[in-house]
This record gives sequence, C-alpha cells and structure tokens, in this order.
Amino acid sequence: MIVTGKGGVGKTTVAVALGMRAAAAGKRTIVCEVSAQENTSRMFDHAEVGFHEVEMEERLWSISIDPDESMREYVLLQLKVRAMRDMLFRSRIFNYLAAATPGLKELVTIGKIWELARLDRKTKAGRMYDTVIVDAPATGHGVGFLQTPRTFANIARVGPIHSQAQTLDRFITDHDNTGVAIVALPEEMPVNETAALEHDLVEEVGVAVDRVYLNGLYPERFSKEEAESLSALAAGEDGAPKAAARAALSEFGRARSQRAQLARLRRRVQAPVKTLPFLFEPDLGPEAARRLSKRLA
Amino acid sequence: MSTKSPRLSDALEGKEVVICAGSGGVGKTTTSAAIATGLAARGMKVCVLTIDPAKRLADSLGLEELGNDARRVDPKLFEEQEIEMKGELWAMMLDPKATFDELIARQAPDEESRDRVLENPIYQQISGALAGSQEYMAMEKLFELHTEGDYDVLVLDTPPSRNALDFLEAPRRLTQFIEGKSLRVFMKPTGFAAKVAGRGATVALSVMKRIVGFDLIADLAEFFNAFSGMVDGFQARAKRVNKLLAAPTTTFLVVCGPQGEPIDEAVYFHRKLVEAKLPFGGVIVNKVHYPAEKLRGEVEDLPAALTEKLGDEDLGRRVAANFSDYQALAERDARNIEHLAREMRATGVIRVPYLDEDVHDLAGLAQINRYLFATGEERVAMAAGRA
Repeated sequence: MIVTGKGGVGKTTVAVALGMRAAAAGKRTIVCEVSAQENTSRMFDHAEVGFHEVEMEERLWSISIDPDESMREYVLLQLKVRAMRDMLFRSRIFNYLAAATPGLKELVTIGKIWELARLDRKTKAGRMYDTVIVDAPATGHGVGFLQTPRTFANIARVGPIHSQAQTLDRFITDHDNTGVAIVALPEEMPVNETAALEHDLVEEVGVAVDRVYLNGLYPERFSKEEAESLSALAAGEDGAPKAAARAALSEFGRARSQRAQLARLRRRVQAPVKTLPFLFEPDLGPEAARRLSKRLA
Repeated sequence: MSTKSPRLSDALEGKEVVICAGSGGVGKTTTSAAIATGLAARGMKVCVLTIDPAKRLADSLGLEELGNDARRVDPKLFEEQEIEMKGELWAMMLDPKATFDELIARQAPDEESRDRVLENPIYQQISGALAGSQEYMAMEKLFELHTEGDYDVLVLDTPPSRNALDFLEAPRRLTQFIEGKSLRVFMKPTGFAAKVAGRGATVALSVMKRIVGFDLIADLAEFFNAFSGMVDGFQARAKRVNKLLAAPTTTFLVVCGPQGEPIDEAVYFHRKLVEAKLPFGGVIVNKVHYPAEKLRGEVEDLPAALTEKLGDEDLGRRVAANFSDYQALAERDARNIEHLAREMRATGVIRVPYLDEDVHDLAGLAQINRYLFATGEERVAMAAGRA
C-alpha cells in the first residue's frame, strides 16, 4: 500500500494509522519512510530507526529507506565475490555514476520496497511481511517517483537494469497486490490536485488507486440555527464570551465549507473516499494515530 | 510575545528578487502571489514565477492557465477586491523541460552538439523529471529574467519539494552532474567514454557492465560526452546564478506553518541559508491560530456565562469546549513561533491567521495581502476584529 498526496496533508499520520490498523488485524506490517526525515519514528515517539527494520509495536515494524544503503545492499546481492564488490565500491567511476545518474536513488528505493514485500527475501535475517506500507514522497514532482521504474526500463532497452526495472514496474502496477491511497485535505485546491493526481496515477502510471483519505475534516459541532444565535454574541462587546462565540462560528464555517469540498471530492474522484477527523490536539503522537486507525475500520 | 514586527514592505525595500522558500503544503504559492500583488499595488512592475504543476498560482490569480511566457493579470480583477493597482502584476508558470531545452540551445557551441544532447534518449527521459532539474530551471529562469531587466521585482515561488533544502542543493547537484570534475576525467580521450568503447576497459567497468548492462553504460557515456562542449558555459553561468542569489538585492523569505514539523524545517532551512551566506529576509508563518487576546481565565465560569447569554445550557457548554480547543491550538502556535523566533534570532516573524474560509481565489489573496503588508499591531487588531 503506497500512501501519497501533496505536502502537509498528513501522509505520515495516515501511513502510521494504516500500519496500526493492519497490525491490529493480525498482519505482520512494516511502514517504510523514504524521506530520511524520521517522521515515522517520531510519530511512534521512538528513537531514529535508520536503514533497519525496527519493531515499534506488536506485529508492526518501521524502516527509513536510505538510497545509498539500498544501492549497497543491491550490489552485495548481485556480486557474491567480496573482492569484486570492494573494488567496485572503491571505484571512482562507480561512485560518480551512482551519485549522478538521475532517478537512480528513486529506483533503488522502490527496489528496496519490492524486496521488503517479497515472500522469499534474500537479505540476511529478512523478515516476512504480510503488508508493506510506504509513506511516499510528496507529489510535488507529479507522479515521478512511481514512474521511475518505467523510465529506467525505457532508458536501458536491454540488459539486467532493463529487466529489473521492468520487474519493479510490474510490481508497482500489480492491481491485485499493490494499491495507492491518496491523502487529501478538504480545501479547494487540494481537492483539485487530488483529482488530477488520481487521474495521472491511473492513466499515466497505471497503478490502482484504492482509496482517497480526506484528512482533517472538522466535526459539525454547531447547527445553522445555533450559529445564528451565536452571531449576535460574536458582534457584541469584547470579552471571553465574544471570543468563544467567534471561535464557534469559525468552527461552524470551516465545517460547512469542508462538507462542500467533501462533496466536490466525491464527485471528482473514482476511488471511494474515506474521511478522517481533524484532531484538536497540539501535537499528534502515537495515541492520535491509534485513534485514527480505529476510524479506518 | 512581541507583536512589534517590522512591516514586510520594509524587508522588501530595494529588493529585485524575492524567493519564497519552504516545505510543501505551507501556503507558499499563495504567499508568493500575495507578496507580488502587494508590490505591484505599490506601483512596481512585478513578475511572479511558479513551477508548481498543480496550477495553484493560475487558480489563485483567476487565470485560466499560465505558460512559459509571462502573462499580465487583469488589473480590473483587483478593483473588485478594492486593491488599487498602481503597478503591473505578471505571472509565469515554468516549464522545466522547455527551459532546459532553451538552456542547452544557448550553451551549445554549435548546432550539432545541441542536437546531440536534445536527441539523446537519456536527456529526453530526464530533462523534465530529473530530481533537482525543476529547482535548477527555476533559478535559471529567474536569472534570465533578471538579466533582461523587464521587471522591477521578481517573486519566485520555489518548487514544492519534500524538503525545502532540496532547493538549495539541487543546482549544486545538477551543475556537478553536468560539469563535475569526475566528468572531466571521463571526457579525456583516455577517459570514461574511451574505456566504455571497449579498449582498455578497466575491471571496474567490466563489473559494472555485468550489473548494469553495456547499452546503458554506452548511452550514459554518450550523454556525458554530448555535454562535454558545454561544461565551461555551464560553469560560468552557474557562478553568475549563485552571485545573483547572494546579492544584496535578493532576499529569501522562509514560509512555514505553525505546527512542530514545519517549524523545525523552517529553522533548519534558515540555518542552511545562513551557512550558504544567502540573504535571509524574514519568516512568514501561515495559518496561525491567534490567541483571542489572552482571554483564558478572564471569566471564571465561561460555560455559565455563555449559557446565560445564549439561554441554552447545552450550547453554552459546547461553545466553551470548542473555545478551549481553539485556545489550545493558539497556545501551541504561539509556543512554536516563539521557538522559531528564538532560533532564527528574527524579530520579523510575520503571522498570517488561519482564515475562516480557505484561500483559493483573489478575494482570499487580497485578504492575505492585507495581513502581510500590515504592521504587527494592525495584524493583531485585524485578527481580533474579524467577524
């Protein structure tokens, strides 16, 4: 399950909540971060995990996928002779090309995700997972990340990179086993962007978009009639009651305009939309993610 | 905390290039558009550049679409928002691939080398999608427009990156890629290309061929080779771009949100700006929950007071509970902003409130514009008086 969406929509929170949900359902689950920012481990109030599969909770692991480490691991699996790989890692040409070849980092990152999802893992002490959840990079650059395997398959017309890139592309676009979830916010432009993103993911990349999560939906705390009676108070004399009335009207206004955005989103995307509530909490931690995970049932 | 922040217009005084930087999802595009609108309203000829493929800028300026050429925003649109447009506002959406192609055409010593690059399959695959190419092309276009000198001020909405830092590092990565020392080594007659061609292939290369495949190596060699004639041009240009970024007439504004994570990123980004000796102009925090003038605790029993005024006990209780939630968010925001100001040693933190309506059109933009260009005191008053 690949969790994507534009920056700042709460991808990490949703990815972790999905992970908790799967683990609670008895699945051995790993949440993969690819941005090296350790947002996931922070979400669990855990120390940084790095390029290691670390158990966060029962049946729930986390890893931060580092492209350099993935590349190393890949070469190690390809070359069995130690002298050969030592020579390669020391080689200036190899290091230069590894650093400079565009898209290679994304490719080896997807390669690692593929490796984690395999049932016969080749890495030492590789655990078997039922569910792999990816907290994918923000979609600022369009759908580039998920398209990398195909781009490489096209660049390398034949040879091992070509066939491996093709394998990864098939993995990404395997509708039976791989799905994408888009996280959106109930605002005008994020809704537009989500619709465009779903279109590109389905039409250009060919992945299955299984669900759209509309995150941060304000609860409907006040009725229209109540809002009307609050308006007078909000226009009245200064003080705490006025400020409280204004906060209530603000909540009412947001909840209402967000419902309109939810309706727009439902009209504009193909995948089913699931809403997640806005949490009035200063800082989101593991407990907040757990509460959201219960809403994902 | 102090509300005596300087006006944004002071920070922008005498600037020719304004770069809005920050991580994704913090309202950078809206902020860039609002700043450009404010400067244009004050009589300047302004061009705002975005690379955002999501057409956010076009949407918020009421334009159907933007192209790689600048378009003027209809001044009539601003009259409706009661903004008097003394200057001109232009907007442009960058097409990274087209900009890259133009750059190659300009840098190529002759038509043959130009075509060799443009027709190279690797170039075609990567020129639009290469990580960092968007960032680099944004700077490239900025430099080009600045050199042409048609505008008083250029406002750049930096590409939405996972991490604001990508923007600072991308040009270095890309120029290294094109002109790096290692590349030069390979370009020598005995270098990489020759080795790949088969003669005197090193063991390293033969191992790589086994993993990667010969064709790809050969294509890459051809790709690097095609660029070899342009190395000097790229180097010289990159230097001039960097000089523009560091010039006293340039300013970087850091845009962020009030939550912990965006604040941490803004602090980190600011540190990197300082390290790179780039001019930092101030920080704009969007979507701030303003504390309602420290009213917490002013009324002993708020639910009771509200019940009395509203004549509805249940409603009074819910309004009080909701207020408490809002106050908690406002206190968090104030805490985070205080931390931000301390870390950046910045007195000029500009706070834009979380408006009741989401900002996606010119009316919203006009409202943001009024906040941005107000003094700190005015902003607080506006936030408090907003009904």
